[in-house]
Amino acid sequence: MSFLDLKNVTKIYPNGTKAVHETSLSVDEGEFMVFVGPSGCGKSTLLRMVAGLEDITEGDINLDGKLINEVDPSERDVAMVFQNYALYPHMNVYNNLAYGLKNRGIDKETIEQKVNDAAKLLQISDFLQRKPSMLSGGQRQRVAMGRAIVRNPKIFLFDEPLSNLDAKLRIQMRLEIKKLQQKVGVTSIFVTHDQVEAMTLADRLAVINDGIIEQLGTPIEIYNNPKSLFVAGFIGSPQMNFLDANLNNKTLSAENFEIKNIDSDYNGEVTLGIRPEHLIETENGLINLKVELVEQLGSDNLVYGQIKNIKDFCYRSPGNQTIKKGDTLSLNIEENKYFIFDKSTGKRVN
Amino acid sequence: MKIKPLQIVAHIILIIGVLLMVLPIWISFASSTHENVSILTEGMRFTLGDQFSRNYNEVLNEKGGWSEEVTAAKMFINSFIMALGIATLKVAISAMSAYALVYYRFKLAVPIFWLIFITLLVPLEVRIFPSYKIVSDLGLTNSYTGLILPLVASATATFFFRQFYKTIPDELLESAKLDGANAWSFFIDFLVPLSKTMIAAMFIFMFVYGYSQYLWPLIMTTAEEYWTVVMGMKIIYTESYEGVALPRTAERFAYIILSMIPPVLVVVFLQKWFIKGLIQTEK
Repeated sequence: MSFLDLKNVTKIYPNGTKAVHETSLSVDEGEFMVFVGPSGCGKSTLLRMVAGLEDITEGDINLDGKLINEVDPSERDVAMVFQNYALYPHMNVYNNLAYGLKNRGIDKETIEQKVNDAAKLLQISDFLQRKPSMLSGGQRQRVAMGRAIVRNPKIFLFDEPLSNLDAKLRIQMRLEIKKLQQKVGVTSIFVTHDQVEAMTLADRLAVINDGIIEQLGTPIEIYNNPKSLFVAGFIGSPQMNFLDANLNNKTLSAENFEIKNIDSDYNGEVTLGIRPEHLIETENGLINLKVELVEQLGSDNLVYGQIKNIKDFCYRSPGNQTIKKGDTLSLNIEENKYFIFDKSTGKRVN
Repeated sequence: MKIKPLQIVAHIILIIGVLLMVLPIWISFASSTHENVSILTEGMRFTLGDQFSRNYNEVLNEKGGWSEEVTAAKMFINSFIMALGIATLKVAISAMSAYALVYYRFKLAVPIFWLIFITLLVPLEVRIFPSYKIVSDLGLTNSYTGLILPLVASATATFFFRQFYKTIPDELLESAKLDGANAWSFFIDFLVPLSKTMIAAMFIFMFVYGYSQYLWPLIMTTAEEYWTVVMGMKIIYTESYEGVALPRTAERFAYIILSMIPPVLVVVFLQKWFIKGLIQTEK
């Protein structure tokens, strides 16, 4: 049994909404697990069930070898960082950090020691006497993390903690969270709807859709080998291009090109997925892209255009190229860098 | 700086308002420093007289009542105890019941809240006989407990606390739970400090309410040692004086001025909290 074990966990709300369907998942000690999915997919509910803030309708959750279904949140020894931080507005930073320790009956000197250590680690030592209302967004974020760290819990739970920060700070805090987790080595679960955050932070990633884990694996596994249309569309930025096609006798025919010798026995209507970064410019390529818009990012360009009736097809080109609106590009797909999904079920077939 | 006509009008209105508030108090105070005879012959006074210490001394120390046992000082203390008890318990009970109504999500929370709320339609005056019956059956007549206890439930304060607690984000409770807070410590460590300005406001209202009670102490107390200020105002200076029925107007004014001091002190003391709450946005 691993450190955190979810077995057939289901959540049905009193009004009948099924938020989480029979989900099973194992998290190893020290691992950084990320739940990613669109809003309302049940990822936060799953996290809150681990925290004990939501009842578990069915199934079991084991933490460190102990069944915690019925254990009160305060007894679970978990710490959570909330989206709006939920700092205690009437207490100064020191007391925000110390409150959980005080409730556990730890003596004053030890509390002071621990709070000061955590404050040093997070570089908030200078603000210990301030109220949360006098802190900036990034500082509040640090205090919220400090409150979690100081208790030395079995597991950290992060519920979209970066979504209230501006873009630059978000990237910086993302880095800090990752570094901190590696330093402290505490098992962590991080919930986000931002796939870049998910990819950069995770040791392992659970892509959740409609209360079901669609795919579980390391970020690179999921990127290279998405098992379903949903995962393929969700992971990767810019989004994967999707084309309608037909697969017959190992030959894929799209609107104006064909790919032969496909490694699949599936016959029927399919969706072809190609990542923008897996296209290369070549003479007499498979795809002719009529350029409509170019986003120049410096390091590379995102080229959006039209292939026959398909709009907003995206191609990522090296940054040193000059591509203009109205150009027609001839593109090939890098070898075997395409994904074919059953059109009706969304399952991967190649 | 140019003064706009509108500002002048506004200031005139404000000054009239201030005068309306202050003048009666000033007249009472000025009159309380004169001799009875001069007030009777010349009417209310706007200037200070020379009888300040005599009048106030007499009011504070003269024994009144039918059995000549109770002094004004004693009645001030009685009213102060009654008002303090009522205000403290009202605030404590309504804060706690609002906590229960908001945070314990039992099915009957809403009907119970409305039940509490409609008790606003049944003031003490309406239920005074049943209340008296219960209190006297419990043997609580002529006691501070009897004066305070029937008045400690407050629908208004419960309502205000409930509305305030509803604005506190759920994450705060969840975060506190994960930090090991139980139901009691969440109330004491979070809700009470967060609502301290509200507690101060409620305390002031309820103190004044308790202090100005008339009917209930009148019915409740037969022993003069439990008389309250408002009762005293009616009773204490109506008896005849040296064979001649001379109204003791100056002493009555002195009594009124003295009776205002306890509520004014409470307001002045709690005002600090009020202003603190207004300039600090914590939440």
